[in-house]
Amino acid sequence: MKQARTRSLSILFQLGGLILAFGFVTLILLSIDANPAEAFRLIWQGAVGNSTRIASVFVVWVPLVLVTCGVLVTFTAGLWNIGIEGQITLGAIFTTGVIRLFLDTPVHPVLVIVLSILAGMVGAAIWAVLAGLLKVFGGVNEIFGGLGLNFIATALNIGLIFGAWSRPGVASMSGTEPFPEAYWLPTFQNFRFSWYSIALTVVGLVVIYFLLQGTHFGLRLKAVGKGIKSAFRLGIPTWQHMLLSFLICGLFAGLAGALQVVAVYHRLIPAISSGYGFMGLMIGMLINYQAIWVAPIALFFAALNIGGIQLPIVMKLDSTLTGVLQGSLVLFILLMQGVKQRVLGNK
Amino acid sequence: MKIGFNQINKHFGEVHANADITLDVQSGMIFGILGENGAGKSTLMKILSGFIQPDSGEIVLDGKAVSIETPADAIKFGIGMLHQDPLDFPPMQVIDNFIVGQRGGLILSHKDVIKAFRELQSQFDFSLDPDAYVDTLTVGERQQLEILRLLWLGARVLILDEPTTGISIQQKEKLFAALKVLAGQRKTIIFVSHKLEDVEVLCDQVAILRKGYLVGQVDAPYDTDQLVEMMFGKQIVLKELESVAQDKVVFELQDLYIEQYPLAIENVNFSLRAGEVIGLAGMEGSGQDVVLRACTGLLRPVSGRVIVNGTDLTGKNYLEFMQNGVAFLPASRLEEGLVPGLTLAEHFTVTTEDKQQLFIDKAYFRQKSEQMIEEYHIIGRPETPVESLSGGNQQRAALSLLKDSLSIILLEHPTRGLDIESTIYMWDKLKERCKLGTSIFFISGDLDEILRYSDRILVFFSGRVSPPLDSATVSLEQLGQLIGGKGWAKEFGDEETYEASTNP
Ligand SMILES: Nc1ncnc2c1ncn2[C@@H]1O[C@H](COP(=O)(O)OP(=O)(O)OP(=O)(O)O)[C@@H](O)[C@H]1O
Ligand SMILES: [Mg+2]
Repeated sequence: MKQARTRSLSILFQLGGLILAFGFVTLILLSIDANPAEAFRLIWQGAVGNSTRIASVFVVWVPLVLVTCGVLVTFTAGLWNIGIEGQITLGAIFTTGVIRLFLDTPVHPVLVIVLSILAGMVGAAIWAVLAGLLKVFGGVNEIFGGLGLNFIATALNIGLIFGAWSRPGVASMSGTEPFPEAYWLPTFQNFRFSWYSIALTVVGLVVIYFLLQGTHFGLRLKAVGKGIKSAFRLGIPTWQHMLLSFLICGLFAGLAGALQVVAVYHRLIPAISSGYGFMGLMIGMLINYQAIWVAPIALFFAALNIGGIQLPIVMKLDSTLTGVLQGSLVLFILLMQGVKQRVLGNK
Repeated sequence: MKIGFNQINKHFGEVHANADITLDVQSGMIFGILGENGAGKSTLMKILSGFIQPDSGEIVLDGKAVSIETPADAIKFGIGMLHQDPLDFPPMQVIDNFIVGQRGGLILSHKDVIKAFRELQSQFDFSLDPDAYVDTLTVGERQQLEILRLLWLGARVLILDEPTTGISIQQKEKLFAALKVLAGQRKTIIFVSHKLEDVEVLCDQVAILRKGYLVGQVDAPYDTDQLVEMMFGKQIVLKELESVAQDKVVFELQDLYIEQYPLAIENVNFSLRAGEVIGLAGMEGSGQDVVLRACTGLLRPVSGRVIVNGTDLTGKNYLEFMQNGVAFLPASRLEEGLVPGLTLAEHFTVTTEDKQQLFIDKAYFRQKSEQMIEEYHIIGRPETPVESLSGGNQQRAALSLLKDSLSIILLEHPTRGLDIESTIYMWDKLKERCKLGTSIFFISGDLDEILRYSDRILVFFSGRVSPPLDSATVSLEQLGQLIGGKGWAKEFGDEETYEASTNP
């Protein structure tokens, strides 16, 4: 009974955070003489107004969920995988590389797609494990290691787009030469949305949910995250678990990057990670690392992202406003969690 | 200051940690609070010092009901508490630690503070170096610093929660003398313990708690049997113990040389036999913890060999030692022993040797933890997070997590924080393992415990290790002298280093 009360209280606090965040954005809108009601309506309409828009929301939902699933694993092990952006990028690069390799060969395109996705996952996992190795053996905090690796990944990506993989004649910010349609992941009707991506994402979600909630491995990761010294003393090989968590997170980031290439852009573009990595970290914090909340909250964030596109188009507002809304959501909800702890803490 | 507890109640979930406690403490006295593990002593004291709030009831100071909501409130009322598990000490200098707590108003110069500090500590015959760094102090010295700091903040009531665990005999004597001085200055001292011998020599009056209830109040002089009966609800008898050591050697240290700043420990030669119990005696920081860690692979010796069951494990890591049947239980329970944030059931799950398939069989581990909770008398439930167990119960949980078939168990202060009944019980459990051939190496600050439970004793003094002493032939006084560095020449001859004989 007492537990039920604490739970409903904590939902109240989360709601409070939500309201505060919207209030905060309203204030910003008012301060620039924009009509807040109109802005929120536009975001809503922009996200669910027609079937194309809804489909677009799911296009964003896929990488967000995958990335969040990945960071939940590193969070559980007590690690801040800031390098996730670079890992997505590496995934995309490996995927593109493999497709390019097989473009003019008789290998069946379906096989190429499968291989390229696997390559993307492996590539990102290598990048993630690198951050882990730097931490475990080099004593480099994973946050700094991750930041450094992000820079390198971006540089590598730009280098390839404007260099080795540039379009014949016109190297440009629009990315590499698009692949022939045979190498695209089939989409649903004319939408940009692919059932295969959705299916892979759902599988990923289920895997992570059970991995973290129900397996011995998940519990050992949690022990490492909560008290590394004690965990080691209780017989858990701690650095191995840390590396494994990076590896798993990398696989998920790689899958996200690979799908951006084969299902969404059909080429490598400079901003291939689209900030989804950082957004995944935010969602992870917001849901307090509980896998069960990944899908709905990612959907909400994806809807904000897509809906927000309308703001600059219709109201001539800066599109970063949805970013402000997302950021303030996280801040206010975390703030409310802190407040809740103070209020309930020593009672 | 006169303190009144008026019908204090505190629940933690289903645990009634304090039940209707009504109690008066007069000023100028040393008041003892006795009780077995989990009786609710720390809870009651945390309520008085503003760390937690009671569900109902009030605190009355000098006849006036007050509400103490934070530790800062408490110190404003003149109440200061020394905690059972010392809070973090930042790597600050002693004097800065002292200044940080300084109350607003007049700001004293650094020099004046040092002067005040010296004056204050001279009252109690403490000799802390104001320029030393806090993290280099022993537990006992930190305690002295904390007492001085609280007095400097204006404490008129001092609460000490199990202050005698983990400090040396000399420090304990100093502490007791200081407390008597303070009581003479009309300050009120509340002394929480489950050590009867401490309470008996120190306290003018004691209150006994059991399972959250106040059982009674007794004035000095005490009848020990009566106190025991009140604490546990029954009499407790010490059984005669016998050695169950076999002849087989299971563990050897050969010419071990270990360095751990500032200590260098040389020429450690020692063999442990199956079923044998070896006590490591010495003041804190004399090298016994260093040797223990070298025996588990947590510290790499510079030279020499560590041999477990005939296998040379020198230079291997702790996990390999574990695979060879060596287990280690450190003193810092929540830092190295248990994982805060994980429940008891989760602890039994991560340390399990059976049922290691991919998915956790939750029902199985729930049942297993219920069984262990029962077997080790842990007051808690499978879903209790370990950090909310009482100090003594954390220790029982840590012991209950040791694997079944071990050849050597290394323990740092295995019964620190345990009441007599649990101490006896724990040693019964450990001795049962000895009968099956498990050997034990343990460090304890309690010389009685060392004498009573060891077959042989190694004495440590600033990095020197004595040859093994037969516990049957050593007296408590002798041991006390040796850990203080006295009588080594007489006992072991005049050599600089000592070769421990292999055959006792
Ligand atoms: N924060 C908490 N959450 C849940 N239960 C708690 C909490 N603190 C204490 N308890 C429970 O309340 C009871 C009394 O605990 P308390 O720490 O007061 O015991 P104690 O008398 O100090 O014991 P010990 O001698 O072992 O230190 C125990 O059963 C303990 O598990
Ligand atoms: Mg206690």
